[in-house]
Amino acid sequence: MIEVRELTKSYGPTLAVNNVSFNANIGEVVGFIGPNGAGKTTTMRILTCYLTADAGTATVAGFDVLEHAIDVRKNVGYLPESAPLYADMGVVEYLKFMAEIREIPKTRRKERIRTVVDICGLEGVIQKDIGELSKGYRQRVGLAQSLIHDPPILILDEPTSGLDPTQTIEIRNLIKEIGTEKLVLFSTHILPEVAATCSRILMISRGKIVANGTLEELINQVRSENKLHVAIKGTEDEITTKLRGLDGITGVTPVKTDNGIVRYEITTTHEGPDATGAIFNAAVQNRWDLVELHEESIDLEQIFLHYTTGQISGTPTKSVVNEDIDSTEEE
Amino acid sequence: MQNINTIFKKEFRSYFNSPIAYIFITFFLGISSWLFFQTFFFSNQAEMRGFFGLMPWIFLFFIPSVTMKLWAEEKKMGTAEILMTLPIRDYEVVIGKFLASFGLLAVSVLFSLGIPISVALLGDPDGGTIVCGYLGLLLMGGAYLAIGMFASTLTENQIIAFIIGITTCFVLLIIGTDYVLFSAPDWLYPIFSYLGLGVHYSSILRGVIDSRDIIYYLTIMGFFLYISTLMVESRKWR
Repeated sequence: MIEVRELTKSYGPTLAVNNVSFNANIGEVVGFIGPNGAGKTTTMRILTCYLTADAGTATVAGFDVLEHAIDVRKNVGYLPESAPLYADMGVVEYLKFMAEIREIPKTRRKERIRTVVDICGLEGVIQKDIGELSKGYRQRVGLAQSLIHDPPILILDEPTSGLDPTQTIEIRNLIKEIGTEKLVLFSTHILPEVAATCSRILMISRGKIVANGTLEELINQVRSENKLHVAIKGTEDEITTKLRGLDGITGVTPVKTDNGIVRYEITTTHEGPDATGAIFNAAVQNRWDLVELHEESIDLEQIFLHYTTGQISGTPTKSVVNEDIDSTEEE
Repeated sequence: MQNINTIFKKEFRSYFNSPIAYIFITFFLGISSWLFFQTFFFSNQAEMRGFFGLMPWIFLFFIPSVTMKLWAEEKKMGTAEILMTLPIRDYEVVIGKFLASFGLLAVSVLFSLGIPISVALLGDPDGGTIVCGYLGLLLMGGAYLAIGMFASTLTENQIIAFIIGITTCFVLLIIGTDYVLFSAPDWLYPIFSYLGLGVHYSSILRGVIDSRDIIYYLTIMGFFLYISTLMVESRKWR
């Protein structure tokens, strides 16, 4: 439904979008994530035919953004960053205007407005002017506007920025719900949001797509080895030697000792025997007091850092993916 | 056509949703009536030449204040991004906005009909010249509006749009005045006297409707609406 091929756009000397390619289909919620100024908004503006790319092609709903801009726009609902709306219009007046310009037949307008008011939870504010609304409600009116013509594709630029936690959760749930039957492409720089809502993640950094896949795929790509944190009460030398002898363990580093408790950082192979179990069994056999044993989880923040800066905090590992990125950057 | 109508309705309503329309109509009528009636009773003539004569100068300040927000505000507030990603063409928005500002002007001019009615009650004015005068007023007003709107496409700052609008109108107005025409070199004379915003208006005021005068104003409107559209599209230039 969205097909982007080698899209490039620069503002003067600044390259905002650099050779970006990706696909997205109906039923997907695609999270477009990247630091500020990474090129998210510019890409979205090109997809909605607000701006024109310098090079490359993009088709949205089967229409080329250059050749058939009007058809593209008919199939897209767009909410720009910070939901810019006409402050002097009433909520209903605004939605009526949008329904009219979206060419919804007169007989269906009322019903459509009622539907989006319902979906976006606007019942309480329909009497008000947009200028009187709080940020959260304004965002919802913006969303309602983008849904009014029931488009197959929704493009939302930071739909949750500036909202309080409750509102954020509501909007996220809404996006998830909508995403079951539409294609939603939304941008954010809030990482947990992506984990909470997206079926796929597109990471963009300095104008380039650096990662594209589900959350699990990204985690697996980043993780070439697991890391365990272990704390055991006992004699350091003895424990260290015994741990080193276990299957599947590639490295044992004592971190610190206090009150007779030794803390270790243990690296294990990604695929292979269950090192956690082995450590536990060793502790039982040797009658060590196992104080702590847990796997270090890689979260999105680390993945993000990995892809945007090329390293994972604390682990100086260089994964295959990482090298791939380096090599593409040199091209 | 449908889209132009939708944009027109939205923009026209937005003038009346905000105080702009009311302030504009009140001050326009107040100032023009006051200036007119001030001399009307001295001259003791049942005619409106004084009223129409003032208009190029009153428009100079009033019209850019109506048009300054048309694009500058959209750009500043970011609403242009939604508007220009709707399934409508840029020129449809330009024309819709222009017609809305023209609508406000027409309403104001309509309210000023109290003046010819008073004049008719007091004396026996020449109806033909008054009708011509109003026609000229709308044509000239349309040209000012198109220029003012173009100024608004250039910037996201309404004050700057206002000043550019006034300056452009002012320059186009004075090049047609006798003072400038007499001091201009000979070869510029016909150009200036053709381009002057007020020249054709004065000729319409004489009560003779010449198609060239009408074409002049329609051309000015068309030209500035065209370059406004180009400016709006300029975001897509590469």
